[in-house]
Amino acid sequence: MKPRTRRLAIIGSGLLAFGIAALLVLNALRSNLVFFFSPSQVAASAAPRHGAFRIGGLVETGSVQRGHDGLTVRFVVTDMAQRVPVSYRGLLPDLFREGKGVVVAGRLLPDGSFEATQVLAKHDENYMPPEAAAALEQARQAHTAPTLEAPQ
Amino acid sequence: MIPEIGVFSLVLALLVAVVQGSLPLAGAHWGVAGWIRLARPAAFGQFIFAAIALACLAWSFLDNDFSVLYVASNSHADLPAAYRFAAVWGGHEGSMLLWLCLLSAWTVAVALFSRQLPEAYVARVLAVMGWLSVGFLLFLLFLSNPFTRLMPPALQGRDLNPLLQDPGMVVHPPVLYMGYVGFSVAFAFAIAALLSGELNAAWARWSRPWTVAAWVFLTLGILMGSAWAYYVLGWGGWWFWDPVENASFMPWLVGTALIHSLAVTEQRGAFRSWTVLLAICTFSLSLLGTFLVRSGVLTSVHAFAVDPGRGLFILAFMVAVVGGSLLLFGWRAPRIGLGGRFGLLSRESLLLSNNVVLTVAAMSVLIGTLYPLALDVLSGQKISVGPPYFEAVFVPIMVPAIFLMGVGPIARWKHAPLPELARRLRWALAASCVAALLLPFTLPAGQRGWPAMSTFALLLAAWAVASAVAHAWQRLRGAPGGWLERARRQPSGWYGMLFAHAGIGVFIFGATMANSFESRQELRLNLGEQVALAGFEFRFEGIAPASGPNYDAQRATVQVTRHGQAVATLHPEKRVYRAQQMPLSQAAIDVGLTRDLFVALGEPAGDAAWTMRLHVKPFMAWIWAGCLLMAFGGLLAATDRRYRLGMAARKTRAIGATAALRPQEGA
Repeated sequence: MKPRTRRLAIIGSGLLAFGIAALLVLNALRSNLVFFFSPSQVAASAAPRHGAFRIGGLVETGSVQRGHDGLTVRFVVTDMAQRVPVSYRGLLPDLFREGKGVVVAGRLLPDGSFEATQVLAKHDENYMPPEAAAALEQARQAHTAPTLEAPQ
Repeated sequence: MIPEIGVFSLVLALLVAVVQGSLPLAGAHWGVAGWIRLARPAAFGQFIFAAIALACLAWSFLDNDFSVLYVASNSHADLPAAYRFAAVWGGHEGSMLLWLCLLSAWTVAVALFSRQLPEAYVARVLAVMGWLSVGFLLFLLFLSNPFTRLMPPALQGRDLNPLLQDPGMVVHPPVLYMGYVGFSVAFAFAIAALLSGELNAAWARWSRPWTVAAWVFLTLGILMGSAWAYYVLGWGGWWFWDPVENASFMPWLVGTALIHSLAVTEQRGAFRSWTVLLAICTFSLSLLGTFLVRSGVLTSVHAFAVDPGRGLFILAFMVAVVGGSLLLFGWRAPRIGLGGRFGLLSRESLLLSNNVVLTVAAMSVLIGTLYPLALDVLSGQKISVGPPYFEAVFVPIMVPAIFLMGVGPIARWKHAPLPELARRLRWALAASCVAALLLPFTLPAGQRGWPAMSTFALLLAAWAVASAVAHAWQRLRGAPGGWLERARRQPSGWYGMLFAHAGIGVFIFGATMANSFESRQELRLNLGEQVALAGFEFRFEGIAPASGPNYDAQRATVQVTRHGQAVATLHPEKRVYRAQQMPLSQAAIDVGLTRDLFVALGEPAGDAAWTMRLHVKPFMAWIWAGCLLMAFGGLLAATDRRYRLGMAARKTRAIGATAALRPQEGA
């Protein structure tokens, strides 16, 4: 093989590898991104009807109900403007508490409640999941500044 | 008084570091011997002052000096002494101080073990590391001072985050940082070589043991972090593709590529520009890891924007280091030349492919880690890129790397005919196909299965081990003398390679088995009730209050049996740490050669009943064993005799090699 052809072959296979990798990345990003919506956005039907996404806010005080099996739990996630009822089956994280921040992954059921597959509460007592904090902040702004147009 | 001594010695360290960064560099450029000779004493001096500062902070912690803000935020009088010491790096400021101390420790190591290298070259290396120290010292003194006083002093500290109160956390950060910072040596060697314009096989040989040593530390650091996540977080998983984990994994991937590329540059003089670029990238990713974890940008990009001082400094520092070194690279690289030629199928081309694959894999992780941040900054849209993305991208990208890993060591330099490769590897391939089908039989009868993906993963695992064995067999068989004699005559670097490659196989085996054939159950257990899982019976025997030095706990007893035979007694705990009233589940794990039994406590559910999470994870311990094998292999490679002995003889050869390897220079 001539050096020139050889060099072309090496460069070509390199580009091919990059192309395959880029395809993989784009494909995986498209099908595996999990978007985040606040309870207000869910109430405004901005969230997808089908497919998984995440919601976040505060666990409404007094809303946590446990089932007889000890594993099924129902609670309400609120951004102080709108509420989303959530059901989950499984062990809750140590720092899951009423009145504290939480992020929940799952999907909407036809009755408008949210079926959670994962409940996240972070490692630190005073830590607020950033998505939950943002949801609260958005709702607060929308509430206190009604003259503004749609919140960002 | 002690904290002020700490600040003062940081100031002194800064002054010494400025001298270390400037005079030797100028001396090397203009050939002033006196300035060049300053490099070593300056490195020692900087290390001493940095060590004094760390000792002062450690003293403040051990002495419960809550008039220091950082101590008050991260410690508590009830905290056991070992954890008070570990709390030194439990927060932001202390971690940065640890970073600096380890950087100056590596600098001293380079100063001590580089006596045989040209003085001007060592001066440049130490100067580059000096500038890195200057950056971190400025950051410590002006934006992240661990010695800041709290007025009035706190009566009691806020306690160390209970998750960090764990033996693993005492050693994990220093070891991980040793890895991160260790790549600064490879970086400094590369920059010094670019500055001097002499980038040759000798440079690669000097750089290799340091790079491998850093890689060993990083491997162990990641292993410890993963093990900590496994037994402290209590979620039963061991790798979550969390940004913090990715931050340490990216430099590991590129560092692995760098080790292999350095080997080619040393042995064949090829890939010179590429190797230098990899050295720069590896350290840049180490800095990026520090930036991601320590600037708060992961917690929230908005928090970062509101309190931008620290984050902006690290970002600016990173831009300066990465941008500056890439500019230098762009300016000097054409002079380096590409190095030796090689065939389309040769050890060089195989290692190059491996390098490309590893780099692309690191890039895919980088995209998955930074994309959510970028999207949040640009559009305010919040997304998360979870494990499914990384599994869908990273795993397929790595498949060719694992395959090539078996072929590369057997291939000849310059030209490796395909028929010969096939002939030498056919038995390894056949054996790994058989092994992939047989390995699930190591599982208990009920758990066996042959899902396509895991069978393929087992094939790769077996291939990694079988090809290493085939390579060892063929190399030893051809050598003269008795078997023991032959085995002893092989360099330890070669054994290191075998161990590391086999370690990858062991790791893949463990990961595949633990992830694909895991049995898990979340359930409510009444006192005395028994449940069967994966052939084991778990019986909830009782629960009783217990207490530790700074926490109160509910301690359960779970008896595990198999066909009525006692296997293990596990004691998972639900702790509440007194200082912050923070709850923490301490999982109980029985580690075994063929399975881990894992029990985590949930919450009380009615009278004498608790919710629990049970896992039976087959071959979990093999994950750690594989990582340890890799690190052991790296240790063997880094301590190869040829890096230590016969330096004088090599120097003369190196000069010859320099002349031979720089034919393009005149062009």
